[in-house]
Amino acid sequence: MADMYGKGLLKGLGVTIKHFMDTYLEDIRWLSRGKHRYYTAEGIDSRKSFDTSGIFTVQYPEERLPVPEEFRFIPFLIYEVNEDGETQDRCTSCGICAKVCPPQCIWIERTSDPDTGRPVPEPEEFYIDIDICMNCGLCAEFCPFDAIKMDHDYEISVYNRLEKNIFNKERLSRPVSYYASIRPTNYAREEAARAEAEAAKAAKKAAREKRSKSGK
Amino acid sequence: MSEEVLVEEKTELEERFPEISRDDRKGYEGFIVPTEKLVEFASVLRDEFGYDFLSSVTGVDYLPEDRMEVVYHAYQTTGGPGLFYKVQVDRDDPVVPSLTPVFPGANLQEREAWDLMGIRFEDHPNLKRVLLWEGFEGHPLRKDWREPFYEGDGKPFKSRWPGGEVIRAEDSNPFNKNVDYPGGFDPEQWTPANETAVYAGVGRLDHAVSETALSNDQIIVNLGPQHPSTHGVFRMVVRLEGETVVALEPVMGYLHRNHEKIGERNTYLMNIPFTDRLDYFNSMSNNFGYVLAVEKLMGVKPPERAEYIRVMMAELTRIVNHLTAIGFLLNDLGAFFTPLLYAFKERELILDIFEAVSGSRMMCNYYRFAGVARDLPEGVFEQVKNLVLHRLSGQVDDLDTFLTDNEIVRARTMGIGVLTAEEAIAHSAVGPVLRASGVPYDVRRADPYGIYDRFEFDVAVRYHGDIYDRYLIRLDEIRQSIRILEQVIQDIPDGPIQEGKPQYQVRVPAGEAYGRVEGPKGELGFYVVSNGKPNPWRYHVRAPSFINLSALDVMCKNYKIADVVSILGSIDIVLGETDR
Amino acid sequence: MTEEVNIPGYDIPPEMEGQVTITALDKIYNWSRRNSIWPMMFGLACCGIEMICAATSRYDFSRFGMEVMRPSPRQSDLMIVSGTVTKKMIPQIVRLYNQMPEPKYVLAMGACASGGGPFKEGYSVVDGVDKFIPVDVYVPGCPPTPQALIHGLITLQKKIDKQSIKNVRWYSKDPVEPIPIPLLGPDLMDPRDYALIKQYGTEKLAEDQQVPAAEEA
Ligand code: SF4
Ligand code: SF4
Ligand code: SF4
Repeated sequence: MADMYGKGLLKGLGVTIKHFMDTYLEDIRWLSRGKHRYYTAEGIDSRKSFDTSGIFTVQYPEERLPVPEEFRFIPFLIYEVNEDGETQDRCTSCGICAKVCPPQCIWIERTSDPDTGRPVPEPEEFYIDIDICMNCGLCAEFCPFDAIKMDHDYEISVYNRLEKNIFNKERLSRPVSYYASIRPTNYAREEAARAEAEAAKAAKKAAREKRSKSGK
Repeated sequence: MSEEVLVEEKTELEERFPEISRDDRKGYEGFIVPTEKLVEFASVLRDEFGYDFLSSVTGVDYLPEDRMEVVYHAYQTTGGPGLFYKVQVDRDDPVVPSLTPVFPGANLQEREAWDLMGIRFEDHPNLKRVLLWEGFEGHPLRKDWREPFYEGDGKPFKSRWPGGEVIRAEDSNPFNKNVDYPGGFDPEQWTPANETAVYAGVGRLDHAVSETALSNDQIIVNLGPQHPSTHGVFRMVVRLEGETVVALEPVMGYLHRNHEKIGERNTYLMNIPFTDRLDYFNSMSNNFGYVLAVEKLMGVKPPERAEYIRVMMAELTRIVNHLTAIGFLLNDLGAFFTPLLYAFKERELILDIFEAVSGSRMMCNYYRFAGVARDLPEGVFEQVKNLVLHRLSGQVDDLDTFLTDNEIVRARTMGIGVLTAEEAIAHSAVGPVLRASGVPYDVRRADPYGIYDRFEFDVAVRYHGDIYDRYLIRLDEIRQSIRILEQVIQDIPDGPIQEGKPQYQVRVPAGEAYGRVEGPKGELGFYVVSNGKPNPWRYHVRAPSFINLSALDVMCKNYKIADVVSILGSIDIVLGETDR
Repeated sequence: MTEEVNIPGYDIPPEMEGQVTITALDKIYNWSRRNSIWPMMFGLACCGIEMICAATSRYDFSRFGMEVMRPSPRQSDLMIVSGTVTKKMIPQIVRLYNQMPEPKYVLAMGACASGGGPFKEGYSVVDGVDKFIPVDVYVPGCPPTPQALIHGLITLQKKIDKQSIKNVRWYSKDPVEPIPIPLLGPDLMDPRDYALIKQYGTEKLAEDQQVPAAEEA
């Protein structure tokens, strides 16, 4: 046998030693640059990057891995707050999210106007059973009013699920500013689209008025 | 060109078997074979026409026509399109001759069809329930069978909107649990069916087990369902002579989650997130297979950029899977955790990409019919590029140096768990297991889907068919995936990622389709039958981990019990897919 | 004095209010237990993979004294029910739970283990492991990310902090009864439900016989 027996083992040990040494080398490198590798955003970033070496662990809860914008956990409902502090749900209880939800864990109760009996566009109640929800994000994807979105908050462990784990409208609602803060790009894109649609509508209206005027 | 060949062959076949007829229902293809001719037909197809690979066997319950159908999908291991054939039987007493004696790969699939649909296969050597337990009441995939929490035949359910009164399903069940019992059932009169059926597969012990003295004859050992090396809730019943395996029977169903029953109630779109949970390491390629099948029915195709993104994600997930498979295999060999830790490090970096594009690390739910859910967010392409061009190959080489020459690894894996090429094909083994046995069969090359015909890559193949080769082939495949990814990165065009508007209610014309992809674990097929309604009439998953297990017995025989664990590790099963 | 002891300066979960007194001894006792919870190595489904992730390179929960994942129930303190519990599997889970020595805790990880999850409507899924064994902490999500799981573990540690040697169940005089192991008949059967099942069976039979009779008439 040309090869010494045990050479493969040694080669393998070499790899582990390299990994072991990298830990300290990386720490020394950071120290010499006068930067902190632990408990800083920069440090966490470096552990996420493609050229990471050394310690890979992110020490939750002291250090938190930032979640990407698209990250989805449990859905939440958005409400708008106007200048007077009044709140207005974005949801119109159109029911599309309840229809598209794969495990059927959304229950929506539509509000009816007490006088006319006609439905008004704000849900009376909105429930999501988060013991069924599969965090798939389809509700958020197909809501035509951008009223339901996926939350980033994953720290929701409880001691008692029967009381806590059916989320009602109150528990689900978040202001639009919260949405803008967790998903800035999406928010900006949607707002731009909305503004555009509104502008187009206004232009159309103006054109119609103009036409009817000239028609006179 | 392939069309012509097919037509020619058909006539030849039809001449040979005048009894068979073409399936001329709209949207269907293949032949309808009379039951008494089935075994002969299948054997001739294999021996004379080269369709040696029986990919999938499944049943369909056509309740309105009062008929059961068993559908067979056969392919040639040399490549090319498939040939489908079916037998039709009466619904009240469905009896079909078993193909297991001719194609051992049909074994577990026929048992599944018996278990879930109640189709009896004559001459099957071991026909008993596989996913549920003996004694279960009814055959759940029959269309008229209802579960305790039944709410309706198709989603969405009416009770959700507009008058959505939230309740937990169990609150309206008398037992406050997901259970139901047949009328007149009395638990006190009932005798447990003990586990004789489970042990029948390995044969009865023919000597009396003495309670006082240890007998050195054969013994039967159970591994699992809770065992650290069974990769989840899997169980093996092993009959041992000393330490040597005489017979082995896989016992599964401990994670049977009714994927197909739920899938037939879901709308087409709803099934995408459910497929994530089949092989939960590789949600991207599960999505891929399913959307391909439905796209075939719908007759749509995604735009260029989406095609590239799909390939990118599918190859990344292959790398993730093979890395973790190697890590777990080494774990089973006793190299506790270190290789797995290295593998998981790379996995985390790739999962970061999945999380950024799809929103979830594991349950990506990213592919859509005729497109993908969203374009790559800013910065992600750079991330992929950096990983692929500057990191992954180095890490794979590292793993290679770390393990390949290791004397212990070699001693424990070389020449162990051998599966020959003929056995592999006969048992319908797929993926790395098949290719490590010397059969260069890869769906990406044999029957290209998506845009795989544009890429240059080699189909990895090894010839010893042992654990070591199954380990090496995974390293080879990672390298090939990196090669494909490099081409994707170079060629990916700009443009839309979705053909038409995204819709939550797609129109799927009536018909059947079989979509298959080369998943990391092997050929993953989806058989979908549509009757034009919003939800599929039949939805079946041809799961590679499940069918590869039919070869487990052959692989383990005559090796030591300690090797069983590593042989199982080298097949790389995942229970979500095995049990569905 | 007692007042002071009774108000330990942090929240007491409502279900434990009024029974808790935290003393110095309790503090030491709890401190040592909370920092060496050994989970059982036992993955059920998709969530199990995230549990493994929480134990490996990036999240590494050995930082909490949990590095020793034990495959044997006899050596573990915590059962992480990580994934879908099926009817075929629940007898084994109950058995494992019974085999764990006290003090023992159960953490239901993910929607499936907590309440059935997306597969709840199916015929062979148990709608929440708490139907059979007591659960201490529920971690929602499908799957919960490793960080969410660690948050759940921290929640469990908080629960442990509030326990008192005086009234924990494993030092009480009465022996703790093992949980009866469910059986697989025509459907899953809990031995505690036998009378109910029998009654249900008789009623259903009567109903079934009535329907054809009514049809004939
Ligand atoms: S959340 Fe959106 S989709 Fe759901 S009911 Fe409200 S507006 Fe409709
Ligand atoms: S995330 Fe998916 S499962 Fe959850 S509520 Fe939305 S649609 Fe339903
Ligand atoms: S909760 Fe979701 S991820 Fe976890 S086991 Fe259930 S389906 Fe899988």
